[in-house]
Amino acid sequence: MATLLSIQDLHATVDGAEVLKGVNLTVNAGEVHAIMGPNGSGKSTLVNVLSGNPQYQVTGGSVEFGGRDLLAMLPEERARDGVFLAFQYPVELPGVRNWQFLKSAVDAVRKHRGQDELSIRQFDRIYEAKLKLVEIDAELMKRSVNEGFSGGEKKRNEMLQLLLLEPRLALLDETDSGLDIDALRVVAGAVNGYRGGDNAIVLVTHYQRLLDYIVPDFIHVLYDGRMVLSGGRELALELEAKGYDWVKEAVAAGR
Amino acid sequence: MTTSPATVAIDRYRADHEELSRRLAGEAPWLRDLRQQAWAVFQDSGFPTATRGNERWKYTPVGALARTEFGYPFAGPGERIEAERLHHLDPWGPGWTTLFFMDGQFAPHLSFSHITEPGVTVSTLAEAMTREPALVQSHLGRLVDLTLDGFHALNTAFLTDGAVIHIPAGLDVASPIHCAFIASGAAAARSAAVYPRVLAVLGEGARATLVESYIGLAGASCFTDAIVEVSLDRGAKLDHYRLLMESAGSYHVGMTRVRQSAGSSYNATSFARGAALGRHDLHVALDGEGASCDLRGLYVTSGRQHIDHHIDVDHLQPNTRSTQYFKGILAGSSHAVFSGRVLVARGAQKSEAHQTDRNLLLSEGCEIDSKPSLEIYADDVQCTHGATAGSVADEELFYMRARGLDLETATRTLVRGFASEITDAITLAPLRAYLEAWITGSIPELHQGATV
Repeated sequence: MATLLSIQDLHATVDGAEVLKGVNLTVNAGEVHAIMGPNGSGKSTLVNVLSGNPQYQVTGGSVEFGGRDLLAMLPEERARDGVFLAFQYPVELPGVRNWQFLKSAVDAVRKHRGQDELSIRQFDRIYEAKLKLVEIDAELMKRSVNEGFSGGEKKRNEMLQLLLLEPRLALLDETDSGLDIDALRVVAGAVNGYRGGDNAIVLVTHYQRLLDYIVPDFIHVLYDGRMVLSGGRELALELEAKGYDWVKEAVAAGR
Repeated sequence: MTTSPATVAIDRYRADHEELSRRLAGEAPWLRDLRQQAWAVFQDSGFPTATRGNERWKYTPVGALARTEFGYPFAGPGERIEAERLHHLDPWGPGWTTLFFMDGQFAPHLSFSHITEPGVTVSTLAEAMTREPALVQSHLGRLVDLTLDGFHALNTAFLTDGAVIHIPAGLDVASPIHCAFIASGAAAARSAAVYPRVLAVLGEGARATLVESYIGLAGASCFTDAIVEVSLDRGAKLDHYRLLMESAGSYHVGMTRVRQSAGSSYNATSFARGAALGRHDLHVALDGEGASCDLRGLYVTSGRQHIDHHIDVDHLQPNTRSTQYFKGILAGSSHAVFSGRVLVARGAQKSEAHQTDRNLLLSEGCEIDSKPSLEIYADDVQCTHGATAGSVADEELFYMRARGLDLETATRTLVRGFASEITDAITLAPLRAYLEAWITGSIPELHQGATV
């Protein structure tokens, strides 16, 4: 299987504090990786660094995405090249129309791939079909981006964007946080519908609940800025049973 | 003693005033008296200065304006401009009634009426003086305090023509009424001082829409000193749009005075983009129970522009309601001022007043002075006020970039989004389309200013 993402010894800081202290991870096309860990372990930082959030500074290491140096690319270049971040806290954009925003985003990605911009009619056909999949009321989408959306509606809107942009790598940052069971079902349905042999998913979560709906191939535990454990599905159940203290103790004993 | 530049300018106004008075020898005696009285006040006060402890002009120095020699355009319009050309520059809708003034003079070939309701007057002041002299005499200048500052007096001293709108009781005028004041920029009128005047009188329950625009064509560098008086009788309703789009070298000082009777409503939306120095004074007196006003505005400044909005709302009677909602987009080393003052008089119980001013700063060098204030003498009222200023939010930019939009497109989209809150509320479709195109068109210039 082709390697899509290769992270080597990645170090990053936020506001001068080192949060990632040498992360290694390889993701192949067709795989789903779950990254778990206690609060503050660096999970969100990792996916934000991969997306190019300027709030974070990379201080060492390398990241290759599809054979390209990801860290040398601007955030918008990464997005066009197929890196998608589903935000933990999707941002409200006052006065920016949802429809217009989504079409601009799709057109930017298509242009990068050498495809023509979609006509309004072509875009509408795709847009309306995906809207049904994520069960968002079309009336709600007449508002500005995420403005006045509930927490669940914002996450569904993220999934709508995932389905429209068809990225090669989807980074899901705590996508399950704050969701009721119905919204969780819809979000998981969208992710599972998107999941395929040509793309990969890295999902960050604190709880294993999401993994009942989106079954990962690999689970990694990130603790204090490093990957300290890797395993299969059974690791999540062990964490659920024993809690993260067990990991902390194991790491402390190993040092 | 040497003659100061300011004195030279006053001399020019004096000479022009004398010449104008000679030419208007046959005018109505009451109007002549009003003009002479105003001249006497101006001669005494001159242009306002902040140094004399005048709070109203604290943030807007007019020294450069006072020192520049602007002359009354006796020669008339600099050139004849055809309607076709203006429709690209000025908002225009089919079915609009339009009064055009070119370099201070009425341009009949550009003016059309689509008014079908009987008894409505939309005409030049000169025409109204013969058709409805009593109405003009009883309303003109009634809401203006000549001693407030030199600009009020100067406009009145040079009062010659303008627009008069009279909607009798109970009439709802379908055609929007557009008063357009154009500076041609032609050589003959290059440094003209023009004195637009609009009088709008709405009878009981009357309704109308008024668009007032000030447009400077390329090369114009004039001085506009404008006064608009609006009188709303019981239950009358006026939607009033004001567009300030004078050219980059121009000075503009405009005063709007509104008096509202019981149950009337006044909805004003203003857009300010043009003029090197632009000032708008809006003073609304809610002088009848249940009267309400909704004042909105958007100002967009760049380069070394200075735009000042000075809003006063007086709640004089019970159950009156007012909102002020202004937004500013500032770039370059421009300077904007928003001073909004709400007064709630002792007897104005159960009144409600809200003031908000939000600013988007696109450069390091721009500056906003935002001063919302409340003066409350009644005890059972609901009042709020607030002002904000900030740059484009980093997390909003990153969110858009994470979806493939480049930094410049993301910034432009956010700026347009910031403005859309004001433009989206415009119910007059051709005007909304015009302003949206205009905002989109001015964004590259603002963005350029932002990176300097």
